Amino acid sequence: MNSAATAASEWYRPTSLADALAIRASARGAVVAIAGCTDLMVGWNAGSRRLPSVLDLSALPELGAIEVGPDAVTIGAAVCCARIAAHPAIAGRLPMLASSARQTGSIAIQNRATLGGNIMNASPAADNPPVLLAFGARVTLASVRGSRTLDYAAFHTGYKRTLAEPDELLVSVTVPYPAPGASSHYRKVGTRRAQAISKVALAALIETTDRAEDGTRRVRDARFGFASAGPVPLTAPSLSAALRDSPLPAIDRLLVERALASDLSPIDDIRSTAAYRRQVAVNLVMAALAEASQVP
Amino acid sequence: MPIPERRDGFPGTRGAVGAPVVRKDAAAKVLGEARYVDDLVYPGMLYGATVRTRAAGGTIERIEFGPGFDWSSFVVVAAADIPGVNATRMIEQDQPVLACDRFRHAGEPVLLLAHPDRGLLQEALAAVTVHESPNPAPVFSIDDALALRGEVCPGNVFRDYLMSRGDLAAGEAAAEVVFEGRFETGAQEHVYIEPQGMIAHVDAGGVLVVEGSMQCPYYVLDTLTAVTGRDAGAVRVVHCTTGGGFGGKEEYPSHIAAHAALLSLKAGGRPVKLVYDRAEDMLATPKRHPSRTLVRIGARRDGRLSFLDMDFALDGGAYTTLSPVVLSRGVIHAPGPYACANARVRGRAVATNHPPNGAFRGFGAPQSIFAIEQAMDGLARQLGMTPLELRRVNMLRPGDRSVPGQLIDDTTDFDAVLEQALRESDYLARQEAFAASNAANAAAGRPLRKGIGLATFHHGAGFTGNGEVVLASEARVRANAEGRVQVVASSSEMGQGNTTTLCQVVAGALGLPLDWVTQAPVDTHDVPDSGPTVASRTCMIVGLIVEQAARGLRAELIGKAGLPATAADEHAFAAACARYLDAHPRLEAQARYEPPANVAWDETVFEGSPYASYAWATYVAEVDIDLTTCEVALSGFTAVQEVGRVVNPVIAAGQVEGGVVQGIGFALFEKVVRDGNGAMANNRMTNYIIPTTADVPPVRVFFQEQPGGTGPSGAKGLGELPMDGPGPAILSAVNFALGTRIACLPVLPEDVLAALQAAPAPEVA
Repeated sequence: MNSAATAASEWYRPTSLADALAIRASARGAVVAIAGCTDLMVGWNAGSRRLPSVLDLSALPELGAIEVGPDAVTIGAAVCCARIAAHPAIAGRLPMLASSARQTGSIAIQNRATLGGNIMNASPAADNPPVLLAFGARVTLASVRGSRTLDYAAFHTGYKRTLAEPDELLVSVTVPYPAPGASSHYRKVGTRRAQAISKVALAALIETTDRAEDGTRRVRDARFGFASAGPVPLTAPSLSAALRDSPLPAIDRLLVERALASDLSPIDDIRSTAAYRRQVAVNLVMAALAEASQVP
Repeated sequence: MPIPERRDGFPGTRGAVGAPVVRKDAAAKVLGEARYVDDLVYPGMLYGATVRTRAAGGTIERIEFGPGFDWSSFVVVAAADIPGVNATRMIEQDQPVLACDRFRHAGEPVLLLAHPDRGLLQEALAAVTVHESPNPAPVFSIDDALALRGEVCPGNVFRDYLMSRGDLAAGEAAAEVVFEGRFETGAQEHVYIEPQGMIAHVDAGGVLVVEGSMQCPYYVLDTLTAVTGRDAGAVRVVHCTTGGGFGGKEEYPSHIAAHAALLSLKAGGRPVKLVYDRAEDMLATPKRHPSRTLVRIGARRDGRLSFLDMDFALDGGAYTTLSPVVLSRGVIHAPGPYACANARVRGRAVATNHPPNGAFRGFGAPQSIFAIEQAMDGLARQLGMTPLELRRVNMLRPGDRSVPGQLIDDTTDFDAVLEQALRESDYLARQEAFAASNAANAAAGRPLRKGIGLATFHHGAGFTGNGEVVLASEARVRANAEGRVQVVASSSEMGQGNTTTLCQVVAGALGLPLDWVTQAPVDTHDVPDSGPTVASRTCMIVGLIVEQAARGLRAELIGKAGLPATAADEHAFAAACARYLDAHPRLEAQARYEPPANVAWDETVFEGSPYASYAWATYVAEVDIDLTTCEVALSGFTAVQEVGRVVNPVIAAGQVEGGVVQGIGFALFEKVVRDGNGAMANNRMTNYIIPTTADVPPVRVFFQEQPGGTGPSGAKGLGELPMDGPGPAILSAVNFALGTRIACLPVLPEDVLAALQAAPAPEVA
């Protein structure tokens, strides 16, 4: 018998975060953390019948809460998309996140897929990361060594790679409320209207100044998150810098094109083309800016 | 919705033709009780798997079995184990059941494995390596094949047909306006809900039994007898509940059946289950033929067509399979429902190193109808007419002859179909409104564009030409002493509703409640060959046969068992059956198809009347296009068709809605992406995109029931017709909305963007 056929696989389902972290630490990365399994199982089904050893996070109370604070909402890593989409504080104050959660897979998927899984699976096409990037979210990781909180914008370091150490688990995501009057805009461009993987997606959060006497207003701060526009979920720092203090609505399209040319690195793949992704990313930003200019 | 208590329609429902009875298979499927092949498990059953080639043709050098497995515990079948002929029985016998030396495409079966442990089997499969010497110059396009850039088979052409009428040179000389265009359509995967599969075993009597998912039990039987060297009495093919076919289970089930049978025979007759998962199914089984059509079409200033010259080519893939008959249907439908005295259609089925393409709903007609409809739009543009005006001028009317040569009789009023479609879709008003809103949106810099397009077409039902004469299909009707009746035919339910339809026809002919009539299980040891379940032929052709058989049964009862000739209810019928069976061993009647007199077809010159009946249709598609993303969304769809007598309006409407959705996929979503070996790279439901309900507008379906159908009570074939119209109607709507000249399907947002960039200032019509 070959080695693959004899290797035993284990299924751990701890009921406290401390136990989970202990397993994580002792396994030194040899155990795959799972929650909704909506992406991992697709891969497992396509390959060998042998499961890897898994650490099932579904029984950890520490990962299952949505806490509404004065400045931010903190969402446990194992909260599913359906709960996020239905949560009144998220729908009211972070509507882009409710929207991205509602566009993640199908309804059945949303009942299982977790926010933490969507982040830690680290797909550049994931639906919720662009929104978290635009909102300036922070992620909290824990290990037996302690816990730490990082800016999400720095979390993804390369294709399917993150700052998380092999002994760490994602515990929660903290999403700050945007400034009052900020315009938010989320658009997922999938291969069809539902149950689709994004070809390109944009989340934009645009704060503007009050209207001047001539009726124009300026961009105070604009933050973006893109999916399927590079090897990781991307922010657009050049674009954010280029737009600061720009007048609305007369934003020069060339300015957006130039900035995104350096911010994004889309590719041709099985779902779309680099040319389409680049062009549509520009179009989506222009649409977001047009919408921001119309905020009363 | 409450579930009907009875499994075979509402109790007491009169089975009359035209009644919207509940489908007989509905409850079992809704409740999960229907047993598909993968639901069947037998004691001692082995699981089968298939080792395939990787390169796009070449030579198999050797097969290596990797270390770490006890290979003696596996059943292994190679070409050398085949007792009979190493070829499936299709039009030609060029396609091996198992490749052993030279091969032509990626994914060709080479070796079969079976083992009781399904997981171990999958690991073993990965440990078998086929060492190949790859074909250095594979051919992947129709143009490359015809230019002989690489050779798949001598000349790279499986069939070359010519349909020629009138005087093309004279027609060209008379033309005042000429349009020329090149049109292409892509491959399409059937995505039946149930992947393909078979189970084979040898029963206690030594009979090889193969059961599974299929459309054509007698095709499977034919291949099995040839491959195993057994006679038909020693092979039995049994149809399981089949989850969709759309043509995809016309031909390939013969391969899987042969593979399962070979494994079972090698395993001493133990049951072997060979069921594909979705990825293998998409990789290995045939697709709709990609097409490329060159069209030259000319008219006088008044729009009257003076000539039509079409060069129609299909990518047949690496083996002949069904390509010649797909091609002939495509050639015959190429001129569309238009009169043109001077016409030439050349059709070629071309060999490439793609896996073979095959039958798919419409069978070549959606490809050639797409080309003629788009060419008509192009010609209208050149003429300064609307697409509608050009169609009105040239539409076939009673007294005309179609290009193939069929006389259009006075039972057909295509104008009535067209006019109803215009009315129901409010075509003219919308066309005007959309043009205005597009101009306004363009001026204001808003991204929304709206389009509307129509397609007019007809589709011939049944086998082409003399096909039905050659088939000479037979079916039986039999009754027991309680008066319960069975339809006995090889026509196979696969979700399209044919069991219900055939039972309705028989119940109507015998005056019985529908739940007194069932279809006998399809088993080649019991049912006669009523032909394959394909070609929009089941209701029209087999329906007619079972109606005749039912009449024969009734005549037998009237003549020999005292059934009153008039006003006999089911109780009188049952009593007569009981009396008859007291005196006779069985009560049944058989009938054979007799083609109507008007069908005479000369295959050598492609002239005559190729089909007994045509269904006629006009489809109107409306689209919204968002220039921000270039996504095309269907905002409305109107489907008006004349199909003769509608046997079951719910089933018929379902056929149209489903066909339209499949056509929407063909037009806007479904793209087979190939890897460097010509194999399908997006062979997963995640990446092969079919429309969901969110992508489909309400499909408004209207039937006209004109006389002239040659099926039971005047029914015509319907199943394939709705596949023909959506492609051209949708692309016309897209081009109307954007002022583009896109000429290929599918048209994805990436293609829309490229077309807009090629023509940066869209004319807003």
